[in-house]
Amino acid sequence: MIIPRGKVTVIMGPSGCGKSTLLGFFGGRLLPQKGSVKFDGQPVPRKRGVALYKMRRNMGMLFQSSALLTDLSVYENVAFPLREQTDLPEQIIRILVLMKLEMVGLRGARDMLPSSLSGGMARRVALARAIVLDPAMIMYDEPFVGLDPISMGVILKLIRELNDTLGLTSVVVTHDIHEGCAIADYIYLLGGGKVTGHGTPDQMLNSDHAEVRQFMKGQPDGPVHFHYPADEYLADLGRVD
Amino acid sequence: MDWVANLGQQVIRSVSRMGAAALFFLQAVVGAVKCLPRFHLVIQQLYSIGVLTMLIILVSGLFVGMVLGLQGYYQLVNFSAESSLGLVVALFLVRELGPVLSALLFAGRAGSALTAEIGLMKATEQISAMEMMAVDPMQRVIGPRLIAGIIAMPLLAAMMSAVGVIGGYLIGHVQFGVDSGVYWSSMQSGVDLYDDILNGVIKSVVFGFIVTWVALFEGYNATPTSEGVSRATTRTVVTSSLAVLGVDFILTALMFGGL
Repeated sequence: MIIPRGKVTVIMGPSGCGKSTLLGFFGGRLLPQKGSVKFDGQPVPRKRGVALYKMRRNMGMLFQSSALLTDLSVYENVAFPLREQTDLPEQIIRILVLMKLEMVGLRGARDMLPSSLSGGMARRVALARAIVLDPAMIMYDEPFVGLDPISMGVILKLIRELNDTLGLTSVVVTHDIHEGCAIADYIYLLGGGKVTGHGTPDQMLNSDHAEVRQFMKGQPDGPVHFHYPADEYLADLGRVD
Repeated sequence: MDWVANLGQQVIRSVSRMGAAALFFLQAVVGAVKCLPRFHLVIQQLYSIGVLTMLIILVSGLFVGMVLGLQGYYQLVNFSAESSLGLVVALFLVRELGPVLSALLFAGRAGSALTAEIGLMKATEQISAMEMMAVDPMQRVIGPRLIAGIIAMPLLAAMMSAVGVIGGYLIGHVQFGVDSGVYWSSMQSGVDLYDDILNGVIKSVVFGFIVTWVALFEGYNATPTSEGVSRATTRTVVTSSLAVLGVDFILTALMFGGL
């Protein structure tokens, strides 16, 4: 699997197929049992330490739950990576934080606490935090889950705009076909622990591959069965435990 | 033979967990040392771990001291030794009840809160987010809390002992008419700075370390679900309370003879 630089790559697949696990491999949070992961030509270190943390400074990640630090305000959440990773003076930190908050449209919400934010707002704050150190790559773990249509539209627009204006490389993990296709330059489809198909959104939507077609058309039965494996139905009903 | 397999499985699981706790201990100590230059993080934790636990410690200390005053007076007066009430109350508190009771209350109030906080940080991916921001949670989250626990515990134990002595005085002097000067002077002459007070301080430092370590370990390794955090919180209180009582016996035997 190759994630092209400067593009939005969408990784799709049914729930539980390992999409988020894959992001864990990219960021070095999880270790693959087989194979290897390279970032910018360098293998992702397998041990937690200086090398891994140095690599992560070039990565941003938007978590499904937003993962905002609940005891810090919106402003402090966005300032957090700057305070931890740099020795910048407070004035510069303030300017950078307000710039990033302006990009996600939440400069006016800087004093709010995460507990008083809506799901969409929390995700935008997390996005501002993820880009505050100007990473080379940003990973989005299910960014559209649980959002109303307006918030979803805002996140879609932000992912595309930030990717293009900041020259980012974006990896979006989602199972939302419409949103994924709307934003993707390239799509990988996972299933059963392997890549079942890949291509541009048009190629994926018009694919003849059975598994790809089932997923992209949202068909309830096909190569991925509706029924979880079980004993023969009538025999099961007649069984007395 | 299933019970043999189950027993073996339990033993393996326990040994593995102890190994994980020991590794966590090393990482936490390294994290604590590295976070020292940013002492404001420790001060923030001192507030939530120490200051917010003060009320329960002070109130409990007052009642414990008053009960000691009552019980001590009823026994001592039989031997016309009520003049030793101050000494008895002080020794009980400084050597034993102050460090042990405050540690048990600390486990219930601050230990459980620590476990729940860290467990929820894990469940809401805050710990993972820190790691992805190249911030080591051991330095940013665990280290400051460990130091704060070790600092807060002896201070809380000292407060409990001090308030308990005042409680004993209220009962001894105000209720039973024990002479005020006798109450304080018996304490002054009988309590030794090194043998009694310093040993009590050492105990409370050790207890602070144990409770905070257990609480942080349980929180950090909690299953990231509401049930997992709940179970981890319960385990913190049970494990750290039992550990405090067991270690207290060993320390008492070492400090005051017998072993």
